[in-house]
Amino acid sequence: MMTSELVFVGLGLSGIDGMTVKALQALKECDKIYAEFYTSTLIGASVEDLEKMLDKKINVVYRSQVEEGEDILSDAAKMRVGFVTAGDTMLATTHVDLRIQAKEDGIPVRLFHGVSIFGACPTSLGLQPYKFGRTVTLPFLEMDYQPKSPYDHIKENKDRGLHTMILLDIRADELRYMTAHQAIEWLIEGENKWNEGLITDKTLICVATHVGAPDEKIFAGYPQDLLKMDLGTPLQTVVLPGNMHFMEAYALVDFAGAPKEIIEDE
Amino acid sequence: MGRKEDNIRIASKLMKTPQYVRNIGTAAHIDHGKTTFSDNLIAGAGMMSSDLAGEQRVLDYDEQEAARGITINAASASMVHHFEGHEYLINLIDTPGHVDFGGDVTRAMRALDGVFILCCAVEGIMPQTETVIRQALKERVRPLLFINKVDRMIVEQQVTKEMMIEKFSKLVAEFNHKIANILPAPLNKEWQVSIQGGTVAFGSAYNNWAISAPFMQRSGISFKDIFEYCSREGGQKELSKKIPLHEVVLEMAIKHIQPPVEAQKLRIPVIWHGDLESKIGKEMMTCDPNGDVAYMVNKIVMDPHAGEVAIGRLFAGTIKKGQTLYISGMPNQQRVQTVAMVVGADRIPVEEVQAGNIIAVTGLKDAIAGSTVSSMKDMDAFEKMTHYSEPVVTKAIEAKNMKDLPKLVEVLRSIAKADPSLNIEINNETGEHLMSGMGELHLEITEYRIINEHGVDIISSPPIVVYQESIKGANQNEFEGKSPNKHNKFYFLVEPLEPQIMAAIRAGEIDTEAKIKDPKALAKQLEALGLDKDQAKGVVEFKNANVLIDCTKGIQYLHETMELIKQSFEEVMMKGPLAGEKVSGLKVKLMDAKLHEDTIHRGPAQVIPAVRDGIYGAMCVAGRNLLEPMQHVFISVPPDFMGGAVNLITQRRGTILEMGQDGADSTVAAICPVADMFGFASDIRGSTQGRALWSTENSGFQQVPIELQKKVVADIRTRKGLNPEPYDASYYSGM
Ligand SMILES: Nc1nc2c(ncn2[C@@H]2O[C@H](COP(=O)(O)OP(=O)(O)OP(=O)(O)O)[C@@H](O)[C@H]2O)c(=O)[nH]1
Ligand SMILES: [Mg+2]
Repeated sequence: MMTSELVFVGLGLSGIDGMTVKALQALKECDKIYAEFYTSTLIGASVEDLEKMLDKKINVVYRSQVEEGEDILSDAAKMRVGFVTAGDTMLATTHVDLRIQAKEDGIPVRLFHGVSIFGACPTSLGLQPYKFGRTVTLPFLEMDYQPKSPYDHIKENKDRGLHTMILLDIRADELRYMTAHQAIEWLIEGENKWNEGLITDKTLICVATHVGAPDEKIFAGYPQDLLKMDLGTPLQTVVLPGNMHFMEAYALVDFAGAPKEIIEDE
Repeated sequence: MGRKEDNIRIASKLMKTPQYVRNIGTAAHIDHGKTTFSDNLIAGAGMMSSDLAGEQRVLDYDEQEAARGITINAASASMVHHFEGHEYLINLIDTPGHVDFGGDVTRAMRALDGVFILCCAVEGIMPQTETVIRQALKERVRPLLFINKVDRMIVEQQVTKEMMIEKFSKLVAEFNHKIANILPAPLNKEWQVSIQGGTVAFGSAYNNWAISAPFMQRSGISFKDIFEYCSREGGQKELSKKIPLHEVVLEMAIKHIQPPVEAQKLRIPVIWHGDLESKIGKEMMTCDPNGDVAYMVNKIVMDPHAGEVAIGRLFAGTIKKGQTLYISGMPNQQRVQTVAMVVGADRIPVEEVQAGNIIAVTGLKDAIAGSTVSSMKDMDAFEKMTHYSEPVVTKAIEAKNMKDLPKLVEVLRSIAKADPSLNIEINNETGEHLMSGMGELHLEITEYRIINEHGVDIISSPPIVVYQESIKGANQNEFEGKSPNKHNKFYFLVEPLEPQIMAAIRAGEIDTEAKIKDPKALAKQLEALGLDKDQAKGVVEFKNANVLIDCTKGIQYLHETMELIKQSFEEVMMKGPLAGEKVSGLKVKLMDAKLHEDTIHRGPAQVIPAVRDGIYGAMCVAGRNLLEPMQHVFISVPPDFMGGAVNLITQRRGTILEMGQDGADSTVAAICPVADMFGFASDIRGSTQGRALWSTENSGFQQVPIELQKKVVADIRTRKGLNPEPYDASYYSGM
C-alpha cells in the first residue's frame, strides 16, 4: 500500500536546477509526477530535461485537466503525487483550488516554495517590495473583451505613490505570449482611449526580461525610447514605478539604464 | 420604338417636378392579377408593345417568374402618362402575392405613396388581401381598390347585374371596414373608398379594360353595357379600346394619390422618428431637391455586371452620378456609380434624380434592403421595415464539387444580401450550410438560382421545419453557471417574456437589432407594456424575441465582462438547450455574479461558457418547450369534395377553425403544423380532382404536443449529429 499525498513543488524561474534541494528530494520520492506549464513556463528547460534528471516520467497536463482535477486527485488518493509548476506553487488560483479539493478529500498536502516573479522582479530592479500596490495582468484585447481595470489599478497605485507589477498575458495553448513592446503599446493605446494622464512621454517604465535566467536583462526608460529598443523575448514583466526613494532611482539608473534625470527628479 | 425614347426623355424631365410625380404600386392575394394589371399600365404608357399586355408580364422578367407564372420579386417601372393637358411621371412597383415573398411587399410599401389593392371579383377579399391592406396602412400608403377578373364573373359565373352590384358593394364595405379599424382619425374617414367617388374601379386586366364611375359618366358605358360586351364574341376587345385599363387606372392614381410633396408630409412622421424640426426633417417633409440626400433602399437586385443595384425612394435631396454617400451603420462613404430610372429589367441611366422618385442606384456596395443612405454622416435612420413572418423551413446545402466550396460561400453571401427574408448560416468547417426561408417555394427558387444563375451545383437535404424553443414557467432558485476555471460564477433566473412585450417586438415597435440608444425611453416603453420598473431599467439587450436584464447592483468588473455576457446570451438565444433551435419569448435575468480579480481569469474563454451554462441550466429547471411553426389553410371546394379536403386536414394534425359557404362552394379554414404540410399541394389536387382553390398563411409558432416533443427533439438532435438526449440541469451545474 502506497502513501497518499499531494506534493506541490515550485520549480523556480529557470532551468531544472532552480528548485530548492528539499523540493528535489521530495520529487524523487514521488510515485507519479504531473506538471503544468500553461500559467507560466520554465525558461531554458524542457520537460525531457526534467524527466532525465529525476529519472521519472512527467505527465504534462492542460488547463481543463487541472481545472477538473480528477486524475490528479484520484491518483493522490492512492499514492504520492507531485504537482510541479514554474515559479512558486500557489500563485495561480487554480492551484489553490486543487489544494482545497485535496484537503476536502482528506489527502495530505506538502508545499515546496519556489522562487517567484513576485519576489525576483523587484529584487532585480532594485525596487522595494513593500512599495508595490495591486498587481495587474494585461490581457490580449479581443473584440468583446477590452477591460479597463488594469489601467485603473495602475493609476490607483500610481496616485498613491505605489509601484505596479504588470504581468503579461500567456496563452500557452495558442503559443501566444505578450511581449514587453505589446504591453507598452497596450498602455499607450489605453491612454489614448481613456485619457486620464497615466502614461505620458515622460512616464518611466521598467522591463524585466527572462528574470531568474542566466540571460536576464532589465531596462528602464520612457515609453517611446523603450519601443525603439530590443528588449529581448518573453517571458517578460513590466513595472510602472510610483514615487521612488532615492535609492530606488539610483538602482534603476545604474542597473537598468534609466535616464539620469530621474535622480534629480526625486 | 420611338415612343419609348420620347417617353424616357420626358420622364427624366418630369423627375424634377414632384407635383407631377406619382409613386404607386400593386398588392393583392396571389394570382389576383397584379402583374397583368401592371403590364397594362406600362404598355399603355408606350413602354412596351400594347399587343403583349395581358400576356407577356414585363415585370415578371425573371426566368423563374416566367416559368412558374408567379411574381417572386417586387419589380418597378417608370412611365409617362398624359392627363388633362399635362404629362405625369408614374413610378410603379409590382409586388408578389405568394406568402413566401411577403417580405418584398412590406419593403416595397416604403417607397410608395399609393397602392392599388387588386381583388379578384370571383374570390373576393382573401386573407392575403387583408394583410397587404394592413401593410399599406402601416406605412401610410393610400390604398385604392381595383376589382379584377370581372370577365370571369360574368362569363364563367353567369351572375346577374344585380348580383354583381351587390357583390361589389359588399367588397367595398369590407375594404372600408378594414381602413376604419386600422387608421386613426381623420384618415380613417378620408381614406374610405367609394365607387361614386372614383376611388374604386373594376375591370379585366387580362382583357385590358376597366371602368370607374367618372369614366361611366364620361363614356356613357353602363353596368348593363359591360355585361353585353362581355357576353359577345370580341366584345372585350372593343371595351379595351373604349375604356382602356391604363387610362382609367392612371387617372385614378393622378387624382387620388397625393404627389410626393404632399404624401411625404403625412408619411415622414410615421416612417422616420428623427427631429422633424431639424434641417433634414424639414427637407424630407417638403421633398426638397436642394437639401441633403435622404434615400431609403427597399430592394437590392444583383446584376451580373453592375453588382448590387439598390432600388429605393429618394425622400430629399438630389442624387448625382459620382457623388459619395453614407450608408447607415457603415463607416465608409461610397461612390454612386450610376443613377437610373427602372423599367422592368432595364435600367435607363440619368445624370441626376430629384427627391420624390423611385430610382435605382449602383455603387452602394454596403447597402441592404432597409438601409438609409444620406449625404449626412449621421442621419437618423428610417424606421425599420418589419415583416412579421419568421423563416419556417430550412434546407441543408453543400457544393457538389470540391472546387466550388469557396464559390458557394460567395454566392450564398450575395443571395442573402439581396433577399432579406432568407436566413443563411455558413459553416466553413463542414461546408454544409443552412438556408432558411418563408416556405418550400422560397427555398426551391433560391436553390434553382444557385444552380442555374450562379452556376454552382449543390446537393440539398429535404426541407426541414424550423422549430423554436421556449420555457414552461420560471426557475425558482437562481441557477449558478461556473466558468471552466471555476473562478467566476453567474446566477440566472429565467421566465417567459410578457406577451405584450413579445407582441411589441413582433410589431416592430421595439427595435431588437440595434444597440440600445436611449435606455430611459426604452425603460418607459417597457414599463408601459407591463414590465416591472427595476427590470425595465436593467434591460441590456434583445435577441430575437428574448431579453437580457441585468438585475445586479455594484458588482466590481461586471461592466468589463458585459460584452461577453451579451455575446453568450446571443449565442444561447440562437441555439436552445433542447435541440439547438432558436429560443423565443424568454426573459433572462442576471441576478448576481462573482468575478476573479485578474483580467486574464475572466476573459472570453471563461465568461462565455459560464453564462451559457447558467442560462441553459435555468431553462432546464424552468422546463423546456419545443415550438413548431403553424400555417392557416383556407380551402374552397365544390361541396362534393369537402369531405376529402377535411380528411386531408385532420390527417395532418390540423384543426378546423371554420366551415362556411361562398356562393356554390364550401369553404374551410384550418390551422396545421408546417411540418405536416409538405406535399399538401399534390394531395389536395388528387383528392379534389384539382377543384380546390386553396391558400396558406404562416401563423406563428405553437407548442409541439407533449407526446411528440421527445421524439421530435431526438430527431432534430440526431440530424445535427448530437446525442439524441438533451443534457439536464445537473450537467449544466457541472455535476
Ligand atoms: N380571366 C382573367 N384572368 C386574369 C385577369 N387578370 C389576370 N388574369 C390571369 O390570372 C393569372 C395570374 O395573373 P398575374 O398577373 O400573374 O397575377 P399576380 O397577382 O401578379 O400573381 P402573383 O404575382 O404571383 O401573386 C394569369 O393567368 C392571368 O392571365 C383578368 O382580369 N381576367
Ligand atoms: Mg405578379
